[in-house]
Amino acid sequence: MFEKIFGAGDTNSLTMNKPHPDSLLDTGVQGVISRPIDRVDGPLKVSGTATYAAEYQLDGLAHGVLVGSTVGKGRIVSVDADAVLGMPGVIDVVTDFDTFLRNAQQGGETTAPTQGVRDVDYFGEIVAIVLAESFEEARAAAYALPIEYEKKEGQYAFQAHRTEGETPPDSVTPAKFTQGDIDQAMRDAAVTVDVTYVTPSQNSAAMEPHASIAVWNDDALTLYGAYQMPTSDAQQLAKSLGVSDKKVRIIARYIGGGFGSKLGIAPESVAAAVAAKKLGRPVKAVMARGQVFDATVRRSNTEQHMRLATDRNGRLTAIGHDSLTSNLPGEDYFEPVGIGTHLAYAGENRSITHQLVPLNLTLSGSMRAPGEAVGMIGLECAMDELAEKLGMDPIELRRINDPAVDPEKDVPFSSRALTQSLDKGAELFGWNKRNAMPGQRREGEWLIGMGVASAVRGNQLQQSAAGIEIRPDGTATVASAMTDIGTGSYTILAQIASEILGIPLDKITMKLGDTIDPPAAGSGGSWGAASAGSAVYLAAEQARKKLAAAMGVEEAELTLKDGYAIGDNRQVPIGELVGSGIEVTGEIKPGSQEKQTTQASFGCHFAEVGVNAVTGEVRVRRMLGVFAAGRVLNAKTARSQCLGGMTFGIGAALTEDLIHDQRTGKLVNRDLAEYHLPVNADVPQLEVHFIDERDIHANPIHAKGIGELGISGAAPAVVNAIYNACGVRVRDMPITCDKLLAGLPPM
Amino acid sequence: MKLFTYERADSAQAAATDAAAAGAKFIAGGTNLLDLMKLQVETPTKLVDISRLPLDKIEERDDGGLTIGALVPNSDLAADARVIERYEVLSRALLAGASGQLRNKASTGGNLLQRTRCYYFYDTATACNKREPGSGCSAIGGFNRILAVLGTSEHCIATHPSDMAVAMRALDATIVTQKADGDRRRIAIGDFYRLPGDTPHIENVLEAGELITGVELPAPVEAARHLYRKVRDRASYAFALVSVAGVVAMDGDTVKSASLAFGGLGPMPWRNPAVEAAIVGKPVTTASFEAAADALLADARGYGSNDFKIPLARRTLIASLRELTGTN
Amino acid sequence: MHFTINGQRHEADVDLRTSLLDLCREHLGLTGSKKGCDHGQCGACTMLVNGRRINACLSLAVMHQDDEIVTIEGLGQVGNLHPLQDAFVRHDGYQCGYCTPGQICSAVGMLDEQKKGWPSYVSESLTDSELTDAEISERMSGNICRCAAYPNIVDAIREVAGKGDRQPVLEAAKEIGA
Repeated sequence: MFEKIFGAGDTNSLTMNKPHPDSLLDTGVQGVISRPIDRVDGPLKVSGTATYAAEYQLDGLAHGVLVGSTVGKGRIVSVDADAVLGMPGVIDVVTDFDTFLRNAQQGGETTAPTQGVRDVDYFGEIVAIVLAESFEEARAAAYALPIEYEKKEGQYAFQAHRTEGETPPDSVTPAKFTQGDIDQAMRDAAVTVDVTYVTPSQNSAAMEPHASIAVWNDDALTLYGAYQMPTSDAQQLAKSLGVSDKKVRIIARYIGGGFGSKLGIAPESVAAAVAAKKLGRPVKAVMARGQVFDATVRRSNTEQHMRLATDRNGRLTAIGHDSLTSNLPGEDYFEPVGIGTHLAYAGENRSITHQLVPLNLTLSGSMRAPGEAVGMIGLECAMDELAEKLGMDPIELRRINDPAVDPEKDVPFSSRALTQSLDKGAELFGWNKRNAMPGQRREGEWLIGMGVASAVRGNQLQQSAAGIEIRPDGTATVASAMTDIGTGSYTILAQIASEILGIPLDKITMKLGDTIDPPAAGSGGSWGAASAGSAVYLAAEQARKKLAAAMGVEEAELTLKDGYAIGDNRQVPIGELVGSGIEVTGEIKPGSQEKQTTQASFGCHFAEVGVNAVTGEVRVRRMLGVFAAGRVLNAKTARSQCLGGMTFGIGAALTEDLIHDQRTGKLVNRDLAEYHLPVNADVPQLEVHFIDERDIHANPIHAKGIGELGISGAAPAVVNAIYNACGVRVRDMPITCDKLLAGLPPM
Repeated sequence: MKLFTYERADSAQAAATDAAAAGAKFIAGGTNLLDLMKLQVETPTKLVDISRLPLDKIEERDDGGLTIGALVPNSDLAADARVIERYEVLSRALLAGASGQLRNKASTGGNLLQRTRCYYFYDTATACNKREPGSGCSAIGGFNRILAVLGTSEHCIATHPSDMAVAMRALDATIVTQKADGDRRRIAIGDFYRLPGDTPHIENVLEAGELITGVELPAPVEAARHLYRKVRDRASYAFALVSVAGVVAMDGDTVKSASLAFGGLGPMPWRNPAVEAAIVGKPVTTASFEAAADALLADARGYGSNDFKIPLARRTLIASLRELTGTN
Repeated sequence: MHFTINGQRHEADVDLRTSLLDLCREHLGLTGSKKGCDHGQCGACTMLVNGRRINACLSLAVMHQDDEIVTIEGLGQVGNLHPLQDAFVRHDGYQCGYCTPGQICSAVGMLDEQKKGWPSYVSESLTDSELTDAEISERMSGNICRCAAYPNIVDAIREVAGKGDRQPVLEAAKEIGA
């Protein structure tokens, strides 16, 4: 998709068709890579001067407030704009039954999402935008706007419709995969587990609500948006509006968290753009928190039928992970529940399938670690049940089923440190103090238990580009349409450039989140650091070639450090080698290495929880994770990513539960008071450890994704610890106190 | 939020007179009212700002009790040395509620009047008899995890969300008011709230314009243990599923006096003399605690997703009584 | 209406319905304070009013005309950071940065409350509470961080409060030889 944008420039392009054993990051001497360097954007963030989408100050700005439908399924009969046009400050009421987005788009798509809002398919679907001179005036008019609906029968209750699932088209994982004969293997097995786990719908709940400011300049649109993937988002937006890709620019320099919810464009973007065009003024549309819940993306609820079979020694002979998830009618996206199961463990007979149940609820799409985040609850809790049935330590069970090669494709893993992680974690955590018999450890009212789970997250490389400019004064700019959604992109990309070019970090200006810069895949699927990082690497490599030529030395003889080029017994300031300045571009593309090796990051989680023997309240007392994800680019930001993932796991295990009214499809707990994100007091001091690793098959920087590894397996470690604490096996997430009460000791 | 007019009152009497008009509301901390106004659950046409009235003192009473000004913020009340010393249950209850920021703004009077957190009350797209009398109750037959199991009616199953008010109920607080006609009233907290019946929108006995000016706490029970136990869905910053406020004095192994109130269970801070009667004057035994729980929950009724509150309340009460009587 | 924010006097002609938060963000160009929920459920809008931390989203601007208001912009600036701002950078007490101004303002207010001897829900003694990690976490629970920088936020605050400085990130760095 980038060719036409790249043109022929001074571009260093690499397709990962073979391993890349040598990395300039290992030979660089600047000494910044991997180091726990403070974020380069940190001072702006802590001083309140980093600018987020809704904060651009523009003349003539009109304030838009979005209006959501008040039926779960129906058709709009009328929108009585006249009833509110006379209210103070009101400029206009804009709706466009054909152009407005029915739902948000999935990440990475280059087409428009489903459009059209005359027919309403879920409660809270954005059907209009009210424009006024102030936010207060727009909000009042939005509440007052009369909209008449013809109500229709919708499908809201998963339980009532669960048998209506169909197999969707394949996506990042096959919808349906079978190998051998799992039914026979279950019958023949010495030990089996056959259980069903259920997880609820969840919301990413990034702290910054979705926001867009749309500005038209003749027929060109600039959208200040809160988006994770501006390059493809601009294409989605252009298609939605029926304008050329070239006419849409998205600027997203700071994004207040995404976690999947800002991968694709959401309804506020098109509403703002349509309104801005009609008004001939810039329009700002910020979703209210309830609208973020109603009308962006949810992670689908899942029902996971787990089947595990082993011989007498605990060797897996079968793995079944058959799931049901839900989405809007006509939407193909399915939560790829079994994606991690494909490569987690050995076992000849396999069934990993997905069925999709159509429901009139908010679009389901990606939320942090789509697939593994919830799929590993089913797999890793079932493994815990299996270990207990076998009378085997859960770590030992995992060790003996750790496959030497991909258990389905018979290709090697690019790197795999699962057992190594488990061993390291067990020692650091004090796993040997765990009593395998549940309910044995009590401190006052608290029953204490420990749990473990593996962490597996597939690695992805996405086509991305970055440019580097080096100026005669020795300073440099690194630019890409990559984003930093809190992951640390600004910092790690600067570190990569600095390490290779020997230009000190404080001489490098980072420019991200703008589609006028080289296109990139953006932040999602944990591919951001590896993809954009490789692009920066390749650009820096190209610049280094030029510097070597200018110096008149072989590349191998050139040392770049602290702003100087050193070689041939000379030391020259880098700025003096670039003439009037150089500009280079790097571009990475995925290649056949993805097929020749199975690439994933691995790790494990250990949790110790207390279950209150009176009330069933659960508190995580400590948690430890060990992660192996190739090269760690910045020990500080990587650790923070893992902390965040682990905390998402705590939320998934204990508190987060999007609840829809079964009668109307209306989201009941659509605020942050009742959708319970973990608060500070829910999270103890978490320990994060890394395994030093390089993945030469993944990319030239040898790094793999880490942002989602920390969530994968985190929840099941907590769930397994709850069982160990109190002996109650809950298979219905989240484990709120009511689900434990009946199994607690009598008073 | 609908348009309103705004006045800053310069005396309690003036405030009461100003707010007697239809559609008028007092505003002090605003933490609950503005939340609801933004959603147009509350639509006052006139706000009477009482935040600068001199009602922010905690004063000694002759009987050894305290009078708490209606505008004393939750934070200050919780941290007051006299409150901590005499009414630990109140301090603990306040600290269990909301967040540091909210407690800094929320006032004593406003907290007593805090409105329910029922999901459907909060959402104007759904029916709610409390918000719109006669429209129906969406919570019955809907999702009602946080809602009431005691004192409900076929018209409303909302809970009162306050922690502070539960402690106040256990402490036999008296609410002092200023009426629009110049009269002042003292209302025992037990008489202050109303059950929903068929008028769930009327939550207390205050008249139009009647301003809470303070709360009186009687002299503390001597040598009593205090406890506020709150069960919730996360470690902090969440409303109570069940809470117990208790003040118990012992005479050897016998319960000399007990005062117990409950949050999360009913439409008002809940108190039932039969619960206390089950243990007062009796030696502490599991049987008497069971009897107290039986008395509390005799008329309890679950509505589906809140059924668990009945066993949860039983267990929490028994554990609380053990702690209050020192029989852990 | 007139306001005193970060020691500066501001005049603004705003709607009675304008919250203190929207006054700053939409009318005065002070966008450091964030809107995460607009209902007092996240803490991203936390400001200091007369020295106390409050949710600016649940407060009408018109009611604050006589108050001293401090926002994140007033605490410190790039090149002249407040000790807490600096500690948040060093301890990585944020990720996306959106809740950060609220966290920092809240921490300033919280440390002052603790100094005054105010107890918290987790204080064993209501008259004598040490600022343990559990105390910091409870007192900071009105500020939600979805990126979940909580352990680092606690580290940053603990250090500024003079209660010891853990450097767990250095341990992690050592493991990878960085």
